Amino acid sequence: MHPAISVIFFTVTSGAGFGLIAMIGAGMPLPGGLLSAFLIPALAGGMAIAGLVASTFHLGRPERAWRAFSQWRSSWLSREGILAVTTLVLFGIYSLIWMVTGERLFWLGLPLAICALLTVYATAMIYAQLKTVPHWHTGLTPLSYLAFSLACGLVLAGSLGGHLHPGSLAAGLSFFAILIAWLVKYLWWKRAHGSSLAASGSTMETATGLGAIGKVRLLERPHTGENYLTREMVHVIGRKHASKLRSIAVLLGAGLPLLFVFGVWMLSASTVWLVFAFVSLMAGLFVERWLFFAEAEHAVSLYYGGPEA
Amino acid sequence: MTSLPETTERALGLIIDLDTCVGCHACVVNCKEWNTGGYGAPLADVDPYGAEPEGAWLNRIHTFEVSPADAPASIVHFPKSCLHCADAPCVTVCPTGASYKRSEDGIVLVDESMCIGCGLCAWSCPYGAREMDPVENVMKKCTLCVDRIYNDNIPEEDRVPACVRTCPSGARHFGDFSDPQSNVSQLVAERGGFDLMPEMGTAPVNKYLPPRPKTKPDCGSSTTPVSVQAEVGGFLGWLDRALEKLGQD
Repeated sequence: MHPAISVIFFTVTSGAGFGLIAMIGAGMPLPGGLLSAFLIPALAGGMAIAGLVASTFHLGRPERAWRAFSQWRSSWLSREGILAVTTLVLFGIYSLIWMVTGERLFWLGLPLAICALLTVYATAMIYAQLKTVPHWHTGLTPLSYLAFSLACGLVLAGSLGGHLHPGSLAAGLSFFAILIAWLVKYLWWKRAHGSSLAASGSTMETATGLGAIGKVRLLERPHTGENYLTREMVHVIGRKHASKLRSIAVLLGAGLPLLFVFGVWMLSASTVWLVFAFVSLMAGLFVERWLFFAEAEHAVSLYYGGPEA
Repeated sequence: MTSLPETTERALGLIIDLDTCVGCHACVVNCKEWNTGGYGAPLADVDPYGAEPEGAWLNRIHTFEVSPADAPASIVHFPKSCLHCADAPCVTVCPTGASYKRSEDGIVLVDESMCIGCGLCAWSCPYGAREMDPVENVMKKCTLCVDRIYNDNIPEEDRVPACVRTCPSGARHFGDFSDPQSNVSQLVAERGGFDLMPEMGTAPVNKYLPPRPKTKPDCGSSTTPVSVQAEVGGFLGWLDRALEKLGQD
């Protein structure tokens, strides 16, 4: 699949934003005062909204995006839109009350956190629902999106509430959150390795229905140039450096952040330093998400000579 | 509404006969011609006379080579357009309701004025039946020439999809698959019509007819070359034996 920058930015950034919203809603200790009550929600909401805005850049007709709220009965994309807006409205109310009264209402925070995580789940389901992309068509996809979103939210919330609890629970929790998220991703990669198009039963023979006669090979494409399908779904360039990019993703997204978080935890340092772990984690996730798209094989490639052509 | 209808009154669709298709692309060209002036926005091309021409097409012909284990390879021309699936994933993923399947005849259509061009329907289609229009930025797909088949203003023989009307080798057929007596249902029964990628669970309406088995050269039929036959009589046999006696070349 074509790894569009707008969609990569959308899934990573809004994932982190909604993760932070979930942590705020769940009552993670954060500094008090009017300035914090303004800046922290602005950061969390800002990331979530920046991601959502980026996602509209890959629409052909963004001016009609509002129509996407109508088909929640059948469409995960529609559900994602509705859940995102619901979360942001709840978060706006929660943040206003926080700013005005200085209080963080738990009975409002809990449904807020649930809505934020449901939004991330719906985002992942947009991809996980597609039978045409066997790499994505698994429950591990929403699980890994949720785990990364929670890890980002925890690390960021930890660094924001730094001076409240030096060397605290936040660093320890962040450590395990990052570890678990990458463990899920490892399982996802392991499954992806054995779930190519061929392994899931789709070949050029089933695509053409000519398997009963013999082995099928593409002799000639229908067109001499590229088309929408080949650019969007028969993208193969990205797979060339896949293993190197995986190492970079793991180094930036797992190695460095775990080192930072572990140091803060063990040295009982201020969790403000977790901000470095967050930046590195985000950089790693951009690479991870790039691979999520670039490595995915789409069934339509079978009509263009197969996923390896 | 992007939920699928439970049943459709009719199931209109196409049969593609892979035995008779000669790969001339006439159906592709007539499809483009009709649909650029008919339903919805024109089917745009980008850089049509330049170095890298491309555009949106609703019907495309791939060419495959099939190699049986015990016979020479053969060529199969393979036209491909929307299969108007009974369980169409492109419909249910649509966030706006632009994509829909008609309950009266089963045709899958896009209401272009509602389409936001997110492309998710094209991602959900295993057959590559949907292409984004490069100028209008809305999703285009085969309409089964919905603006021809019910059109009282054109002669009756033209009230079939443009690709069917134009095919010079009779490789395309149009009809109602829900009626077991229809031309298309009978062709499917007679010739063993099949689905593309049945494992995707899309239940396509369109069916493909397999190429008829080819005569194999080693079956001892009259097509076997004279030179490999064991005993040849007559003048040629005498000549063969006489030349053999002169020694090997």
